[in-house]
Amino acid sequence: MPAIKTYKRPVDGWWRRNPFYTWYMVREGSSVFVTVYALILLTGLWRLTQGQEAFDAWRASLASPIALVFHVLALWMFIMHTLSWFKVMPKTMPFVRIGGKRVPDQTIINAGKIAAVVCTVLFYVVFLWVTP
Amino acid sequence: MKRSNKPIFWSLFGGGGMLAALFGPILVFITGIAVPLGLGASKDAMSYQNVLALAQNGLGKIALFLVITLFLFHGCHRMYHFVHDFGVHVTPAMKAAFHGFAALGSLAALVLLIRVG
Amino acid sequence: MAETRTITIECLRYNPETDSEPRFQSYDVPFTDDMSVLQGLQYIKDNLDGSLTFRWSCRMAICGSCGKMINGIPQLSCQTFLRDIFPARVKVEPLNNFPIVRDLAIDQSDFLAKLQSVKPYLIPKDPKPVSAGTFKQTPEQMDEYYQYAQCINCQLCYAACPQYGLNDKFIGPAALALLHRYNADSRDGGTAERMEVINSEEGVWGCTLVSYCSEVCPKGVDPARAINQNKINSTKDYFLRFIAPKGGR
Repeated sequence: MPAIKTYKRPVDGWWRRNPFYTWYMVREGSSVFVTVYALILLTGLWRLTQGQEAFDAWRASLASPIALVFHVLALWMFIMHTLSWFKVMPKTMPFVRIGGKRVPDQTIINAGKIAAVVCTVLFYVVFLWVTP
Repeated sequence: MKRSNKPIFWSLFGGGGMLAALFGPILVFITGIAVPLGLGASKDAMSYQNVLALAQNGLGKIALFLVITLFLFHGCHRMYHFVHDFGVHVTPAMKAAFHGFAALGSLAALVLLIRVG
Repeated sequence: MAETRTITIECLRYNPETDSEPRFQSYDVPFTDDMSVLQGLQYIKDNLDGSLTFRWSCRMAICGSCGKMINGIPQLSCQTFLRDIFPARVKVEPLNNFPIVRDLAIDQSDFLAKLQSVKPYLIPKDPKPVSAGTFKQTPEQMDEYYQYAQCINCQLCYAACPQYGLNDKFIGPAALALLHRYNADSRDGGTAERMEVINSEEGVWGCTLVSYCSEVCPKGVDPARAINQNKINSTKDYFLRFIAPKGGR
């Protein structure tokens, strides 16, 4: 069969053309904050091995305006990550059945969110308990 | 069709994603807002002595290693795809760079956790 | 007596013999509340411009022929109503991410090839002659694959998928959902044969869970789910391939 002449439209800027896509990009963008936060912790660990003075300097930098702004943004992005992570989680699992009936996706999503709240509270309580 | 090696990176991405989903917000809140400002936590909670004790504790080492490593692998894997989603032509070198960065960070964490004693 | 109003339908036009690139053409279409976008296009073709080219068939959302981008969203034009868009204008374009053959018709050959590659047919686990009787399935066994069997091959999911748009080597939502439909069928024993497609970069690993495909699917197939469940299967196969049989159920 002879090749037919077709026109392929460019996809540049696809993510700007639909709010659904834009939200997806924000979700994926949370990865930047996760990475930077991990690097902040890694830096803290490094300063720890360098002794008290170096570590205290790192602690002080956490109280700087830039650091605070970053962490507030990061907190928002991490919460967004938590919510979007559990929202898609049912899609990665086979159907769950209890007593022969399929467990609805929303139940799985809610279970995830509850687990996140429980872990948050537990961590905070343990943190307050072990620190002065 | 060639078998993809994605399962390795996806598993690390998934582990990091789950850890971040469950503990990420409270970790960021405590280390980045509560303690530096003394809001909902003591400013001395992350004193040199406290954090050293954590890093020198066996369980503490594991916790620190897991958080740093899994967050890095999660973040880097996703960032690699994020760049691709913008239409950037991603090469095997870029894939190696993103995941290699996470691997280097993990190695650094391991070395530091051994060095801290 | 149905009230008649007028709506503007703006169509992408492209004639490969005369045009170097697409252009838009607007038509004023009188409509009643029961009319679909497809009927609007048919009005144009019958009364205003016989050269307008578009696919359609059943007019009742089962054949999968009439998919179009309607105001930027992939939809079945027979199932989208002019009354819901009025007074805004209706912008109709061919499905995204496919080459345009002419006007609103796209080149489907890539999709058809992808479909073929997943072996979308029952490969019986226990082949038996017709004389041996029918296969039996419990309601739960059917529930495992039923929603994926609802696919009408309308390709809205391909138009929705940015990963397919960025890389047309990706097998894509519908084909992967149909692959899973057969793997999940208790009568089927062909999972091992389909693992090569699943495990490849163009298979499930091309998906980043945008899941817009599942949003636009008119039949509730949920291809995002079909694909992402198989990421776990593919991972198991990757790590256990030396221990367990390939794709063993």
